[in-house]
Amino acid sequence: MSSEILLQVEGLCARAAGNEILRGLDLTVRAGEVHAVMGPNGSGKSTLANVLAGRPGVEVTAGKVLYRGRNLVEMAPEERAREGIFLAFQYPVEIPGVTNLYFLKAAANAVRKHRGLEELDAMDFLSLARRKMKLVEMDEKMMSRAINEGFSGGEKKRNEVLQMAILEPVLSILDETDSGLDIDALGIVSRGVNSLRSAERSMIVITHYQRLLDHIVPDRVHVLAGGRIVRSGGKELALELEEQGYAWIEGGAGAA
Amino acid sequence: MSSADSLEHLATREYKWGFVTDIEADSVPPGLSEDVIRLISSRKGEPEWLLAWRLEAYRRWLTMPEPMWSTVRFPLIDYQSIVYYSAPKQKKKLESLDEVDPRLLETYEKLGIPLAEQKRLAGVAVDAVFDSVSVATTFREELSKKGILFCSFSDAVREHPDLVRKYLGSVVPYADNKHAALNSAVFSDGSFVYVPKGVRCPMELSTYFRINAANTGQFERTLIIADEGSYVSYLEGCTAPQRDENQLHAAVVELVALERAQIKYSTVQNWYPGDAEGRGGIYNFVTKRGKCLGRASKISWTQVETGSAITWKYPSCILVGDDSIGEFYSVALTANRQQADTGTKMIHIGKNTRSTVVSKGISTGHGQNTYRGQVRIQKGADGARNFSQCDSLLIGPECGAHTFPCLEVHNPTATVEHEATTSKIGEDQLFYCQQRGISAEDAVSMIVNGFCKQVLKELPMEFAVEAQKLLGVSLEGSVG
Ligand SMILES: Nc1ncnc2c1ncn2[C@@H]1O[C@H](COP(=O)(O)OP(=O)(O)OP(=O)(O)O)[C@@H](O)[C@H]1O
Ligand SMILES: [Mg+2]
Repeated sequence: MSSEILLQVEGLCARAAGNEILRGLDLTVRAGEVHAVMGPNGSGKSTLANVLAGRPGVEVTAGKVLYRGRNLVEMAPEERAREGIFLAFQYPVEIPGVTNLYFLKAAANAVRKHRGLEELDAMDFLSLARRKMKLVEMDEKMMSRAINEGFSGGEKKRNEVLQMAILEPVLSILDETDSGLDIDALGIVSRGVNSLRSAERSMIVITHYQRLLDHIVPDRVHVLAGGRIVRSGGKELALELEEQGYAWIEGGAGAA
Repeated sequence: MSSADSLEHLATREYKWGFVTDIEADSVPPGLSEDVIRLISSRKGEPEWLLAWRLEAYRRWLTMPEPMWSTVRFPLIDYQSIVYYSAPKQKKKLESLDEVDPRLLETYEKLGIPLAEQKRLAGVAVDAVFDSVSVATTFREELSKKGILFCSFSDAVREHPDLVRKYLGSVVPYADNKHAALNSAVFSDGSFVYVPKGVRCPMELSTYFRINAANTGQFERTLIIADEGSYVSYLEGCTAPQRDENQLHAAVVELVALERAQIKYSTVQNWYPGDAEGRGGIYNFVTKRGKCLGRASKISWTQVETGSAITWKYPSCILVGDDSIGEFYSVALTANRQQADTGTKMIHIGKNTRSTVVSKGISTGHGQNTYRGQVRIQKGADGARNFSQCDSLLIGPECGAHTFPCLEVHNPTATVEHEATTSKIGEDQLFYCQQRGISAEDAVSMIVNGFCKQVLKELPMEFAVEAQKLLGVSLEGSVG
């Protein structure tokens, strides 16, 4: 495969609250590819996702991150989002007082405006949202509730995928979107994710479980431990990890 | 802009109404004494009974302690350093608006309240109060055709002394609290409204209060009487110049609703709040109260409080008439070092009286926001009902919210419900919005707007627009 390089991470070191968390991470994602990132708890997977999305407080201390050739580190988080980077959060936050529908419309229009598209009015947006809700089999009632407020764990994850389906990002990062989902929901959410797969779009799927990768079949699987990618392989690697765990990693699991 | 910057920005928003109008003023020397009160009264050519009332109030004031029960903190006020009367110099008696000093007209135009005939806001009659006096009242003639009296308080004393004498102090007696006593002693002007039986006031009535002169307190009084079966919607707005010294604003508002009458009273309060370090700003100590005197009458308060260094006000309803209704909808925003202690009292006296309280407190920066409410169901108030909801929104780590609801139920048939929530907006929430392409600033607006929606929708349209601007809320969010 030699499609365009969408994301290039080289020698990335990052810290949060004074702790060195990523210590020389390399990762290349080409257009159309799905990369799975696995690894022990605390190894730095969410931190990688946060660096890519630009979370305040996570500081890049060395290395480079290029997104479509541009230095990602210099871009504001909202600009990255408008440029097509989407993070499905491991722990989506609740925002009281703002309805899901209103929020999604604001987000969709912010992205559309940036792309030079006309903003959608309430009616047009509603019909778009309805179509996408069907895709993830989400109840319309959830749209008139405050963002994630009182949502169950699984509903929050489904809401993340709904947002992703509406925003149609170029690079999606799914941080443990499968945890907390029941078996049926896992199938539904995976279908939603797969519907976005295309030759132009790429995904980084962070997960602990092989079963998600049965649904969303990755091109590459990486093992992140101690802030570095310690092993990469094809989809078989996930199966192997499922059997063996992380005991084989030199210096112990996720030694930090 | 990072989310932390944006939180900071919201906490230190600029005050755009801080200019001073350069106009010669006719003031009395600073300080408070019986002589000063006599002077104010004689300047205004008042009748003897009113002077006597003022002096009684003053003597009572001297004996009253400062109210210390609220959570607001500030140095003791030096009452002798305040100027109690300051009026822009103009010709003796104005025959028409054309005679108003152009600098005054310009001031109001700058504030977005054009008074001149051609430019007036459609459907809104305005009484413009500048420091201690009313400088203009629009649409007076049109309103008088329907028998509606809308004029400055001073004119009312001259032209409708019987009504003023009958109702002045009937809802807020001068001995009610220290600030009300001070107001009763020195009040200089304000607005007066009387809506006759069965008349539905065809336009919004409003008063725009402007403090201009330095070291001057503003002490205005508003009296609104809605006769049987009438309806009136009244709005007030306020701004003041940016100064390092605190200025005192101690107002009294009295509302009287007779049988089946309805009064809707809306406030957008935007007095100068002081700077980021807490220097300057208005002390806004206001006593507002309405009496639902007649059966099935209704008084509804809506307030958006964004200004003032300190806000201390509790617009209340005394539900005397059976089946009468009291409502209180409030948004109070405190940023920088602002303090707000606000809420309401709903006193149920008549049978089947109902009240609704919706309070939204937003704190950011080092702002402190207190809700203080009292619901009292008297013995005879069979079947009385109250619903109260108090929500607090904390934006950033340094601010605070406090709620003190107080319930007193003396009738077993009453139903009283109280709900309260506190939510925090931190960097995580803002980052979540940013990750979806929404700037931190827009995210804050969106969250604030969503939080206040329930109250903002109670405001008349023109005011809702104004209020949203003050809350830094984009207009788009309001509708839909
Ligand atoms: N803001 C922070 N302050 C302090 N420590 C942090 C911060 N963010 C991450 N860490 C630490 O960095 C390490 C990596 O965290 P990260 O969330 O990236 O792990 P993870 O691989 O996603 O783990 P999991 O599989 O449990 O989700 C952990 O030890 C975590 O405690
Ligand atoms: Mg994680």
